[in-house]
Amino acid sequence: MSTFPNGSIPQIEGRALALQGEDIDTDRIIPARFLKCVSFDALGGQVFADDRAELNGEHPFDRSEFQGAKILVVNSNFGCGSSREHAPQALMRWGLRAVVGVSFAEIFFGNCLALGIPCVTASPDTIESIQQAVLAAPDQSLCLDLSSMRLASSSVDWAVAMESGPREMLLSGRWDATSQLVENSAENKALMARLPYLNDFITA
Amino acid sequence: MSTGTLYDKVWDLHCVGDLPGGSTQLFVGLHLIHEVTSPQAFAALRDKRLTVRCPERTVATVDHIVPTTSQARPFADPLAEEMLSTLERNCEEYGIQLNGLGSGRQGIVHVIAPELGLTQPGMTIACGDSHTSTHGAFGAIAFGIGTSQVRDVLASQTLAMNKLRVRRISVDGQLADGVSAKDLILHVIRVLGVKGGVGYAYEFAGTAIEALSMEERMTVCNMAIEGGARCGYVNPDQVTFDYLKGRVHAPSDESWQRAVAWWRGLASDGDAVVDDEMVFNAAMIAPTVTWGITPGQGLGIDERIPALEELDPGERPIAEEAYRYMDLHPGTAIAGVPVDVCFIGSCTNGRLGDLRAAAAVAQGRHVASGIKAFVVPGSEQVARDAEAEGLDRVFRAAGFEWREPGCSMCLAMNPDRLEGRQISASSSNRNFKGRQGSASGRTLLMSPAMVAAAAVHGHVIDVRRLSLNPVKA
Repeated sequence: MSTFPNGSIPQIEGRALALQGEDIDTDRIIPARFLKCVSFDALGGQVFADDRAELNGEHPFDRSEFQGAKILVVNSNFGCGSSREHAPQALMRWGLRAVVGVSFAEIFFGNCLALGIPCVTASPDTIESIQQAVLAAPDQSLCLDLSSMRLASSSVDWAVAMESGPREMLLSGRWDATSQLVENSAENKALMARLPYLNDFITA
Repeated sequence: MSTGTLYDKVWDLHCVGDLPGGSTQLFVGLHLIHEVTSPQAFAALRDKRLTVRCPERTVATVDHIVPTTSQARPFADPLAEEMLSTLERNCEEYGIQLNGLGSGRQGIVHVIAPELGLTQPGMTIACGDSHTSTHGAFGAIAFGIGTSQVRDVLASQTLAMNKLRVRRISVDGQLADGVSAKDLILHVIRVLGVKGGVGYAYEFAGTAIEALSMEERMTVCNMAIEGGARCGYVNPDQVTFDYLKGRVHAPSDESWQRAVAWWRGLASDGDAVVDDEMVFNAAMIAPTVTWGITPGQGLGIDERIPALEELDPGERPIAEEAYRYMDLHPGTAIAGVPVDVCFIGSCTNGRLGDLRAAAAVAQGRHVASGIKAFVVPGSEQVARDAEAEGLDRVFRAAGFEWREPGCSMCLAMNPDRLEGRQISASSSNRNFKGRQGSASGRTLLMSPAMVAAAAVHGHVIDVRRLSLNPVKA
């Protein structure tokens, strides 16, 4: 398995995996029984466990041509449902480093960003065309470039989108917010000193 | 962008500053933690040699993995026991208040924080659980976060957040008898869709919302996340203040007066600007039941499962998947669909009012043969109050099991789960594939009274057709 994301993430290069379907929720990405753990370590093998069992080896996450893929291509509202970070953790530990889709549930998007996994969007038609290209030639390498906001193969390229804030965080390597949040402790202290509910509701 | 709404006011009050990536550093007034999404956050804290910035603003309980039959320690499930003991160790080490089993204050995190008066208007509240939106019922801005963010809040008491747009959902008029807050929110999600709220905070307003009790408002805000909204809220009013008065962590004496004055001023201004507004007529809402695999696939009790051609093209693929998974066919009336298991509880509908509504149906009736029906109070306090009113006796006499508090079969991280293809009538919040513990189990979401009605008839039935027998304490 390749190393987890670290530092600046200008681009992600590798094979892609197409997973079709709308509103794929976090319970499907990682069923609740696998949340019984105190570490994320084992989640990679459990991603989409029930869907995979149902398809008996034919699920995209089981098919040989998609093993080792780094870019997941999905449809709309991917990652809806729970706030469980176990979902992106499972995808990341399976080997994925980026997700391209029509739209993402908000908490899922934020959880991915906190792990250095870009979630970029494109129109339904574009996603359809990317998925078809991936299914037709699963062995081709794609490059997701966050500077130019293009997803390209050797023959085609597509425009993708991401808001400037998260994009800047990934490009600059400042997607792991903890250190910045801890740094601003003086400002934080000042705010706490004036918040009414922390100060016996005195507002004057 | 919105201006003058409660969301804007609370956001501005909690802004520590702008972060380099363009997001805002937001102070978190109350951080709620539980055993499922916190252990990895504490581990990361140790890795980074950080400590808990405001242990006094962090409150813990245990809910998801708790068994509802016997809560004797150690738990029969070693993984569940390990999760609880890890939480206990973390709380002990960092000086965090833990409302543990048998403390009298344990329960589902979104049930206990309001009942202890921890949840108050004007706060920002975060918790590693998507149903944190529940606390918006008090005029707080409350949202679910992932484990990396739990780590961030532990370390700094702040979060990196982007401001949402505000959509006002005005529900005017009066809900018909037998129609509940659960029906209201299932109806709203049906109309706006499960992704309709992405990017929005939902402000629930209008005369029908104002007429709801705090518990009912919690049900509505709880499911804002099911409509894709990160948070939902109701402006604080006298109903809010009356609920809070006298609670353990609520302000008292002179600070109470100051608190109420401040809370009143937080409500959205009369001339507040919102980014979007949707208006609903409460009188048009029927008891609502989901038939599919997303909370947006709902039907009024008198309706039939829609045919593909009746749906928007965008909704057809998931509808086809739902027909297959649920084994329910277009044109079938939702009333009359047989059920196997009936579950009353969860952070959506495990409060005292929910149990009263279900008990009024159960009183003098009996669970149909072959049906497993059980009631799981949302907290130890709810259990005590319900028992004081005799609701447990009503349920038991009617053939329901009366359990210990916890999340139970809502997500089945404990021994309560569907088996095989069983179909449940459930008062919880999600009907996703596999949600209730069986990879092929099926869930019909509905109000607690409707679940009780399904239990006594063995199939989905309009609760308005039954006479109710409110239980006298």
